[in-house]
Amino acid sequence: MDRSSVHIDPRDRIQKPHYGRVFLTFARNSLVRDMTFRSNFILETISSLSWMFMNLGFYLLIFSYTDVIGVATGWTQYEFFVFFATVAIVNSLVQTFFMPNAQEFSELIRTGNLDFALLKPIDTQFLISLQKVNWSGLGNTGFAILLLLFSLWQLCNRQAGFSLHPIQVLLYPMYVLCGVIILYSLMIALSATSIWLGRNQSLYNFWFYITNFSRYPMEIYSGPAGDPRRWIGESLRNFFSFVIPVLLAVNVPARLLAKPLDPSNTALAVYTVFGTIASFLVSRMVFYRALRGYRSASS
Amino acid sequence: MLVTWWTILRICLEERLVYRGDFALGTLMRFLPIVTQIFLWGTIFETISGEIAGYSYHDFIAYFLLTMVARAFSSMPGLASGIAAEIRDGSVKKYLIQPIDMVGFLLLNRLAHKLVYYGIAIGPFALIFFLCRNFFPSMPSSETMIAFAISLVLSFLLGFFLEAAIGLIGFWFLEVSSLLFIYMLFNFFFSGHMFPLDILPYPWNYVFEAMPLQYLAYFPAAVWLGKIEGESLLIALWVETAWVLFFILVCRVAFHRGVKRYSGFGG
Repeated sequence: MDRSSVHIDPRDRIQKPHYGRVFLTFARNSLVRDMTFRSNFILETISSLSWMFMNLGFYLLIFSYTDVIGVATGWTQYEFFVFFATVAIVNSLVQTFFMPNAQEFSELIRTGNLDFALLKPIDTQFLISLQKVNWSGLGNTGFAILLLLFSLWQLCNRQAGFSLHPIQVLLYPMYVLCGVIILYSLMIALSATSIWLGRNQSLYNFWFYITNFSRYPMEIYSGPAGDPRRWIGESLRNFFSFVIPVLLAVNVPARLLAKPLDPSNTALAVYTVFGTIASFLVSRMVFYRALRGYRSASS
Repeated sequence: MLVTWWTILRICLEERLVYRGDFALGTLMRFLPIVTQIFLWGTIFETISGEIAGYSYHDFIAYFLLTMVARAFSSMPGLASGIAAEIRDGSVKKYLIQPIDMVGFLLLNRLAHKLVYYGIAIGPFALIFFLCRNFFPSMPSSETMIAFAISLVLSFLLGFFLEAAIGLIGFWFLEVSSLLFIYMLFNFFFSGHMFPLDILPYPWNYVFEAMPLQYLAYFPAAVWLGKIEGESLLIALWVETAWVLFFILVCRVAFHRGVKRYSGFGG
């Protein structure tokens, strides 16, 4: 091509990357790597599946002693299994796409290899968050979806008055995605703080302790009148819904399927969309603020 | 010999104190899951009048808090993975050249780690136990307390040698991380960290009571709560001692055989 005839705008010289294609490359590379160590991959899938089975066993044990978790909460066995399946779907997606990357982030900072990520002509948060895909995590997602379908089938058959509206089915994946984004935002914000702290042990572990609150129906954060559990529970519920919205990550999609559409859920569902966007924006802010404080390790 | 050990212990103590802020924060964090347990079991007990397998709601919470104490003794974060990493990257050589025993050195290291940990963790622990004092039954008898103390010391030893033995598998398989994950998984459930093992239905309760993992969390807590008493308590303590001796032996044999297999190159 005759170069002199083409006017090159200096702003166009750096090509905008095609994010979808870049992500597919990451995913493919990770899959190739996983398939290179195939027995390790199978072992990882089996061990994370056995974690699911053990949890399921634990809940079966609880339901062998009681029919419902809490008085008049509506969380009988199969509704609760819908909830548990949602916990597993949201968490396994986070584990598959984000966890290996957040873990490696602090290592990049410590070794100074973050330099290479900063130099690449692509959004740094995107590159840091999605570079690796841990494919073995999807085994859990698959099993959780089966458990979800089975529980819903049981509910439709056994419970009179239980029905699924197409809107519920359509909104469910969207709210699962919201849940994943909320948990991801918290994770990346916490691991970004390791730039300030030098080491990130305590803060990254924080994520597991905080998201632990999201693993149970929000009705449990209450107690009999007069008991300190009542006000502590209420404060926890408000804090983890409105300040750090992890409680919404699983509760909203799970309620959407397991409970009939009722107006009190609608307000929460609308708020969740807002909370998701806010969490993501805040995490982005924290991430870039932290990057500004990055001083490369000497080589 | 004693001077050497004392020096090692002192160095490890000082090394550990460097990260004391991290430690204190980490300890408080570790109680957060208890908060969810308090609410979860509180809600479950709303529909159960009375007890689950002899445990009231208060017993359950006291049980979870006591397993935290037991785990403070028996959990060995990074021990097995550390041993395996040293074997893999070849730094295990230093134990072969220097006149110190690897497992003994690591034991002292861990002891120092734990001593520092208790020194700092006693604050958060005292606070939490004070806040939760109403969950506990009245103080047990002095014999029970002595048995509890013994069970804690034994759980430290059992936890250490069990995990060291797993780390030493690294002489045979260079990568033990997935094996470790499975161990952690089993440990989490079958040590009784998640629920008292005796609420399991027959025959599972017998299966788990035959495994050494129960001594890492369930057993000390059950002793304090008076679930195991008299002759069965004595027998259980002896069985635990036997497990400790067994894993000491496993460590010795594994290290001895492993070193024979091991080949190190370069400097």
